[in-house]
Formats: sequence, structure tokens, C-alpha cells
Amino acid sequence: MTTFEFLLQGLLSAMEPINLLYALVGVTLGTAVGVLPGIGPALTVALLLPVTYRLDPTGSLIMFAGIYYGGMYGGSTTSILLNTPGESASIVTALEGNKMARAGRGGPALATAAIGSFVAGLIATLLLAFLAPYVVQLAIKFGPREYFALMVLAFVTVSSAFGDSALRGLTSLFIGLAFSVIGIDQLTGQTRLAFGVPDLLDGIEVTTMAVAMFAIGETLYIAAQGSRGADIVEAVKGSVWMSAADWGRSWKAWLRGTMIGFPIGAMPAGGAEIGTFLSYATEKRLTKHPEEFGNGAIEGVAGPEAANNASAAGTLVPLLTLGLPTTATAAIMLAGFQQYGLQPGPLLFATNPQLVWGLIASLLIANLMLLVLNLPLIGLWVKLLTIPKPWLYAGILVFATLGTIGANPSVFELGMLLTFGLLGYAMRVFGYPIAPVIVGLILGPLAEQQLRRALAISQGDVTFLVTSPIAAGLFVVAALAFIVPLIMRIRGRGQVLTQLAASED
Amino acid sequence: MSLDHSKSTSQQRRPDWAALAIAVILVVIAAVIFFDVSRLKGTAGYSQVGPATVPDWIAFALVGLGIWTAIEAFRGDFPARDHQQFGPVVWVVAGLAAQMLLLKTAGFSIATGVLFALVAAGFGKRKLWITLPVGIVLCLGIWVIFAGLLQLSLPAGPLEQLFL
Repeated sequence: MTTFEFLLQGLLSAMEPINLLYALVGVTLGTAVGVLPGIGPALTVALLLPVTYRLDPTGSLIMFAGIYYGGMYGGSTTSILLNTPGESASIVTALEGNKMARAGRGGPALATAAIGSFVAGLIATLLLAFLAPYVVQLAIKFGPREYFALMVLAFVTVSSAFGDSALRGLTSLFIGLAFSVIGIDQLTGQTRLAFGVPDLLDGIEVTTMAVAMFAIGETLYIAAQGSRGADIVEAVKGSVWMSAADWGRSWKAWLRGTMIGFPIGAMPAGGAEIGTFLSYATEKRLTKHPEEFGNGAIEGVAGPEAANNASAAGTLVPLLTLGLPTTATAAIMLAGFQQYGLQPGPLLFATNPQLVWGLIASLLIANLMLLVLNLPLIGLWVKLLTIPKPWLYAGILVFATLGTIGANPSVFELGMLLTFGLLGYAMRVFGYPIAPVIVGLILGPLAEQQLRRALAISQGDVTFLVTSPIAAGLFVVAALAFIVPLIMRIRGRGQVLTQLAASED
Repeated sequence: MSLDHSKSTSQQRRPDWAALAIAVILVVIAAVIFFDVSRLKGTAGYSQVGPATVPDWIAFALVGLGIWTAIEAFRGDFPARDHQQFGPVVWVVAGLAAQMLLLKTAGFSIATGVLFALVAAGFGKRKLWITLPVGIVLCLGIWVIFAGLLQLSLPAGPLEQLFL
């Protein structure tokens, strides 16, 4: 069957009423968490993992993907109206978008963000569908050492290539890796680092860690800032519809943003933020209205928003075809697959094509739903921003603990939640990134398995790892991704990298 | 988080004690890993690669990162930290601890309702006689939906017994 036929079949499966319902729930929740400051899509998926594990895998995964896409849409609303990005990929949107809102052009800013996200999501999801089979063909040729090299590359890009300090990124990563070896070794059955505690034999639950780090750590951090001045929500003045001039200036920016965002998401190169910054820089250089940049240029909203959604779709390429998450949300979605005993990768396309193609096709539908949810209903989402902080964070913690209790109602699990929450708080205070811990915890065991398989084949000869051209190439890229930023920081060019910091999404 | 980078380096060169403590913690974690996996060394197979190999590598990396952290601590390279208010943090932590201890005896709704009220207090809403009942009713509603309809195993206490 060709890709096209697979996609059609996927559409049929995604059009089933129950799957449509899951997609709707997903995009609604995703938009809500994208709008709310302080909680992102990674956390929401983590919260829902334990709640959904009795449900049908296809439906749950469709819902998770909807949350991911929805989070990307919702984040732009907060950036434009509140100047507080709801998630890191919307930081650039705040630059021009909030200026537009203050100038009374909040409506067109929200519209270009929503329509741009739709255009980008549509094109990028189609690119995902047509690109995935080729990556799968390539991935089938991969042996343990190539997979290991790929994971090393992902480790480097997630932890040290971006952000303001390679040291703190790597420390976060290795803390995650250290936690990942706790429990029974999958290859020999030996217990490691469990210290005789039976609760630790199965290892540390990814969801517990993610919820603690993101929800509890963030809540503690925000609580510790005290009440420092309320944020001002800009009211949406005027029409949400864009004028002909707005359309004329937006459409090229959407397409350029898509073309920049998708490849960056598809490569194991960190989060969606990077694409948004590159898109912003491109628009600034190409614009015919340079004087408007910094005062609310519509291209500066259209391009980055498109880039941000395109890279969200791009992230699904390595996740689905290689089983390789490159953002925290993708990492937790991987945990979602594992919860149903599914391992994303080339084999999944062969053994479970309905699920994979249903998921891809549902993204197209989710995109359409998001456009409807975001344009006419924008006033509703803005209301979410007016929930007082005490109720909001009390509610967040109730749901955060609900997931953990639902998965395992034990005092020990709640104790871990509290401990890791304090760890997440301390890491925020000292400026350590959170995403590498989660990626390390999830990818650690997979990387170890591949490494030990490779070394078992070579009977312990480490040089075997670099003697395949693909693996060697990947290691070289990983080394460059580590060394080049280090030199840039020493030469005082670190500011650029700080801005590109990959955070929780 | 990192905007004050230049400020911290221009201050007097005193070691950053908190950062030094982090360095020590990293080395302690490494030591724990070395100690724990040392008993697995005999089980490495024919290829010399066993369950202890990867933990050893991770521990070596942690020692290296600990040394690097210590160097940055002495050079004052860590970013300046915002002032933290610990009062609200204590409220939130107390809420989580209370929920943990109450869960088995008082059931989901009361334990989580207490958490709700204490977190709200941490964020400035100190009227416990309002927040506590609101929290408990909210959590009872959640319990009915999630334990009843989605069959999640949320512990039942005296309040939940009324609905069973």
C-alpha cells in the first residue's frame, strides 16, 4: 500500500466517533493548559497517563497528540494578551504579539497566530506522513550501535547544546540517568540501587517523576516568588478578523515558518523554541516594514507561530519512526506508548499500522478542531487567565496527586512525589533545566540496552561503536553539538544560546 | 533565570557555598552508585559488559560534573538567585505531607481537600474555613467521577463510604 492509502485508512479510523471525541477532549485540554501559565503539555500528558491506562491505546494516544498540538495553539494566546508565555515555544510570539495587543490589534494577532498554526500544522502533518515511511526504511538498517549513537546525540542536544550552561544541562541529564538505573536490570535481572525497598524494584515511575518535577516543582517555585504585582491581561479590542493587508503580510511568513520549523523538530535538535527564533530572525530580515518590528509587526507573530506548530509535528517523526523523543512532551508520550506495551519505531509501522496512521490522520482533524476552538471561542480562553492564583495552583496540585494516587495509591509513591517536587524546586532555584532529567530517565534504559547489545556483539570492544559510518557520523555530530556551543560561550556569544534554551516543552 | 549572569561574576570572589554543596551531593550520589553496583561486578559476562558497566560510567560522569561544579562555585560562575520566600513553600509542602499521611485513614477526599486548602493558603488565601470545605467537596466530586466511572483505585474513607 502507498502512503496515501495508509493515510486514507488512518482517516477512516480517526473519523470514528469515539476517536473524534478523544481528539476533541485532547485539543480542548491542550488549549486550556497552553493558555494557563505554569503548566505545559508535557505535564498534562503526564497527569493523564495514569488516568487513561484502562482506555483504548489508539484513543488515548490521539488525545495525547491533541494535547500537544493544542498546547502549541494555546500558548500563543497567553503570550499575546498577557506577555507571559504559557510555554517556552511562545516566547518570541510575545515580542511582537503583545505589542500588537497593546496597540489595539490583539484580534488580528490572535487570528494570524491561529490560522498560521493551522496552515503549519496541516502542511507539517502531511510532511510527517510522507516522510515517515522513508525514515522507517532507513531505521530498519540501524543496529544497536546506530541507535546508541542516535540516543547520545539526543542526550547532547537536549542537555548541553542550548541553554545557558553546558554544566547544568549535563548535570540534569546525568541525574536523570542515575535515576534510570534504579530497579531490576532488564538484561540480567539483577537489582540495582533499590536498597532493599520493594517499591523501587520496578524503577522510578516516569509519570511520578514528571508530575513532581513539572507540577510540584513549578508550584513551589511560583509560591516562593511571593505575590509580586499582578499580570495585566490585555483585552481583545476590535475585530478578530484580519484585513487584506494582514493576510498579504502573513501568508508568506506562515509558509516560511513551516519550512523552518518542521526540519528542526524532525532532527534530534532540541525543542520547538529554536525554530521560532530562527523564523523571527528571518521575518525581520525579509520584511518590507522593518520599522514595525519591535512595535507589533504581524509577520513577527505569523512566522514563529507557524514554526512552533510545524516543529511540534516534526518532533513526531523521530518519535514514531525511531522511538526517539527530542522534547519533554515527546518523552512523556513515549512513556504513554510504553504503558500499552507498544514501542514506537520501525516495527510499529509494520505491526500496528492502524494505530500509527490513525494517530497521524487524527492530527489533521485535531488541527481543524483547534482552528474552530481558537478563533470564535477566544473570549472563553481569555477568561481562564482570570482564575485567581490560589484556586488555580490548589487545583493543579489536586490533579497532580490524583494521577499518582490513581496509578499507585501508596504512601511511598506520594513521598517520592514530594521528594522529587522539592528536587525540581531546588533545580529551578539554581537554574538547572528540567527537561534533561525526564529525557534521561526515559531514554536511559533504552540507551543502556542498545549499548550493551552492541558491546556484547563486539565482545566488549568499544571501538566497534564507531566503526559503522552512520554511527560514526552521528557521534561526530553529537561531539560538534557539545563542543561548538562550549566555544561560543567562552567567546561570549552565549547570549544567543541562552535565548534558545530548551525548557519544558 | 540567567539574566543576572554578569552581576554575579562582578561580585567579590567568594566561593558559592550552595553550589559547592551541589558538587558534594553529586559526588555522594556517584559514591552510592559505585558502592551499590560493586557487588554486581562478578556477574559481568564474557564480554566484560554487565549490569555494573553503565552505572559505573554514569558515576564517573557525576564525579566529573561534581568537580566542574566545584570549579564554577569557586569562580562564582553560578547565576545569581532570586530571593525565595520560604513561608509559602512550607504551606505547600505541609499540604503534600498532610495528604500523604491522611490518605490511608481519612480517604481521598479529606486528604486531598486538606492539600487543596493548604496550597491555597500558600498562595495567600488563608481563609481555611472556606477553602477546606470547597476542597473536600471538589475532591469528593473528583472521587465520584474517577473512582466510580473510570474505576481508578482511589482510597475510600468515611466520606466515600456514604457513596459506596
